Amino acid sequence: MEPATRLDHNHELTLKELPYLVRWRDDRCKRCGRCTAVCPVFAIVPTVVVHRVVESSGAFPQPKTGRRVVTAIKQSTNISNYCIGCATCSLVCPNEAIEPEYNPQNKFLIHKNRGGTPYTRGGRRNDPLVSTLDRLKFTRISMLTDPALDAGRHEFRLRSYLGRILPADELPVKIIDGKAEVDHLAEKFIPPVREIYPVMIGSMSVGALSPNMWEGLAMGITYLNEVDGMPVVMASGEGGMPLRLLKSRFVKYFIPQIASGYFGWDEMIRAIPHMVEDPCAIEIKYGQGAKPGDGGLLMAHKVLKLISEIRGVPLGVDLPSPPTHQTKYSIEEAVAKMIQSMYMAWGFRVPVYPKISGTKTAKAVLNNLVRNPFAAALSIDGEDGGTGAAYNVSMDKMGHPIASNLRECYLDLVKQGKQNELPLIAAGGVGKKGNLAANVAALIMLGASCVSIGKYIMQAAAGCLGDEFNRCNVCNLGKCPRGITTQDPKLYRRLDPDKVAERVVEVFKALDVELRKVFAPMGRSTELPIGMSDGLSADDPAISERLHISYAC
Amino acid sequence: MCRLSAITSSEYFSPVENILSLETMKEGHDGSGMGLVLKDLGGEFEGLKEYPVLSGICSKGGMQVLDDYMDQKGFKLKHIWTPKVKPVKGIQPRDYYFARAYEYPPGFREKPFADKEELLLATRLKLRKMGEQDESIIVFSFYPDVITLKEVGDPMELGEFFGLGTDNLRARIILAQGRQNTNYAINLYACHPFFIQGFGSMTNGENTAFVPIREYLMSRNFPGYTGYNSDSEVFTHILHYSCHTLGYPLNYYKDVITPLKASEIEGRQDGEAVALMKMALRPLCIDGPNCVIGFTPDGYTFMVQDAKKLRPGIVGGVSGKIGFMSEECGLDSTIPKRDRSLDVTPMKYDMVIVSPGAKEVKVWNQLQGWTTIMN
Repeated sequence: MEPATRLDHNHELTLKELPYLVRWRDDRCKRCGRCTAVCPVFAIVPTVVVHRVVESSGAFPQPKTGRRVVTAIKQSTNISNYCIGCATCSLVCPNEAIEPEYNPQNKFLIHKNRGGTPYTRGGRRNDPLVSTLDRLKFTRISMLTDPALDAGRHEFRLRSYLGRILPADELPVKIIDGKAEVDHLAEKFIPPVREIYPVMIGSMSVGALSPNMWEGLAMGITYLNEVDGMPVVMASGEGGMPLRLLKSRFVKYFIPQIASGYFGWDEMIRAIPHMVEDPCAIEIKYGQGAKPGDGGLLMAHKVLKLISEIRGVPLGVDLPSPPTHQTKYSIEEAVAKMIQSMYMAWGFRVPVYPKISGTKTAKAVLNNLVRNPFAAALSIDGEDGGTGAAYNVSMDKMGHPIASNLRECYLDLVKQGKQNELPLIAAGGVGKKGNLAANVAALIMLGASCVSIGKYIMQAAAGCLGDEFNRCNVCNLGKCPRGITTQDPKLYRRLDPDKVAERVVEVFKALDVELRKVFAPMGRSTELPIGMSDGLSADDPAISERLHISYAC
Repeated sequence: MCRLSAITSSEYFSPVENILSLETMKEGHDGSGMGLVLKDLGGEFEGLKEYPVLSGICSKGGMQVLDDYMDQKGFKLKHIWTPKVKPVKGIQPRDYYFARAYEYPPGFREKPFADKEELLLATRLKLRKMGEQDESIIVFSFYPDVITLKEVGDPMELGEFFGLGTDNLRARIILAQGRQNTNYAINLYACHPFFIQGFGSMTNGENTAFVPIREYLMSRNFPGYTGYNSDSEVFTHILHYSCHTLGYPLNYYKDVITPLKASEIEGRQDGEAVALMKMALRPLCIDGPNCVIGFTPDGYTFMVQDAKKLRPGIVGGVSGKIGFMSEECGLDSTIPKRDRSLDVTPMKYDMVIVSPGAKEVKVWNQLQGWTTIMN
């Protein structure tokens, strides 16, 4: 007897299970085939269908039925070829005949575990709700007794420090004839400190990003420094940096990252004698907000010639970074040693700081760093951070939101009187809803010395399609339709690095104006309002209580 | 905005002079209070310069508690001054206004002054705490050769209320502030000038950076950095922290509260040290707009303001008497016969410093260094 499945398509998914439904309009489609050619995941395929038609020709109605074979676009119901909603098909369609539509009733996560493999993806936490940062507003407006400033004409100094700052009572400063002088005979170590723009581009590696994307970002921040005088810096991500850049004078705008795989560091160490400038700082990655406690993985298909050269590895092999540094077993000893080793590599001229994922235990890490005179900062990456590849469960359910994590770390420093000594860098979901300047200003007022952005710049500078409705998010597959997170030349040639650089510059210049528009009415211009928590209110009493700020409604 | 009047002189003078200048500048204050700090005392305190003077206000019950406490700690009462209070409509008199000179407890008389300062501060803070709940004890200062007087009301009426016109209360440096209440509730502890261990100052303009500055000061583990009923109290404490704790010369107060840009610091001879100071003291940048007038324990008086101060204060006078006013009309009323061409309105980079006895007026410019205006 023939099995029932052959008749009722049981064990197959219906389109309603899938996260995006492709809306294709037969009447507009001219069958050019661009959409099916461009679809990165083969979610749509050209097919032929037979239509029953009723026609009548002649002076009197004489309907006849017949059949016509037509070409059509069909959406796959195979879970391996689900529509990711990237809308590249809409982008290339000349007649607006096709677009994906989000299906809120989808059961995607229930089915996306075929072969016993959990769902992995790139992107960010799929939570479209308004984040805490977007629930904060600036309520201390200078009025009359303290006139607001003119954001357009007043002189603003939007600068911050990256590096360990000595407390005033430990400065090797002596007064001679009424003048302060640095006492060089005191043999006091003065840690290196950089004055930087308070927003940096966070760690995204050459490898996770395409060469065109990384180069575009690098050119953008170099332009900002060299031409516009904005000291914006960029972290490299794990995986080293192009040798040409390491040996150039522009390396001072970059923060090379060392992570648990140590990828790229053979080349880095070999380049040190040839460097003409020191890097801005060194970031030691212990964790990442998007996938706390998880390692990194650059899939084999992304490990092409350039990547293998930079990272010093063979072509076409998976490059896993372990979840932890294998040589590190305690923060007190081993992390301190690693920080010092990095200092030694550059003759104690370069600040070295760790980056951790947001966690309830951040304060424990912080307090160890406070006692380590070499720790230059602490970067905390909240749960809304992004990644090129991770398990969905890690991205969606693991980690700690940045707002309260940062706040409690800052207040802990205040309690110890160390709030100005160890700068806090906040990251994770900054600009999630597009309110970059407001989110940055709020984090600074909660206690951050600097804010790190990743997804925002990918979206703004290169048009990354991802969002919190799981749109696109195939960074891990190397199929990025924008050419941002891929090593496939066919894809990344779509991305013009010059245009990326141009957008980076535009984004930072616009951000600078908006930050002034936030700080000016609050009467702040000379120093960054770090910890100016009286300027903030939350629209929720619970949030205000947790963050120790006022509630306004 | 509050009105400020400070006078430094080679001769002892009455606080009425300050009050008259505040009256001239009356458009700017709303009569919500006046504070006076007198330093380098004359009159009946001239012979008592070594003895710490406790200034404050007590209820009848509070006075008893205060006396008991001072007795218990070994302070011996040496001299009492109380104003001859005259009822004035609108001013609610409190039980007991006083400035009392004490002898140090026996165990402290031979101790170094630093130990004595510590004792005086701890005693003042304890008394403040004892009377804070029911306002039975309010103490403003406890230090040799310094008297503080504060009350709610219009300055002229308060002068009449305290009988200052006929009193022989005199000093060589007097700071006076007519309040424009910007601290919501009227609290005497919120009234300028503020004083701590020989340093006094008063300010006008709101302090936008108040919270981070307060957090920084309160985390210095120094018991005197407390209170902050006014956002301006931090200016006095920054002065104390810079000059007393860190030992910086007075002109570096300017670099602490209004730091230069990195590119400007590079041009300074002391740029290397100033750059380190700027980083280390970043939370103490006041980010104005504020005008600060104050004095140091050794009798230097100064005015400093930040670049955002739209209407700067003014310093001027004659050798032997210099006024520091928030408005020019105040200076005109106090020292009308002066060479106006020597008046100084300290701008973005400037700090005016006048030597004890009002002999020398110098301007410290963060970029250019010192200029002597009057000598």
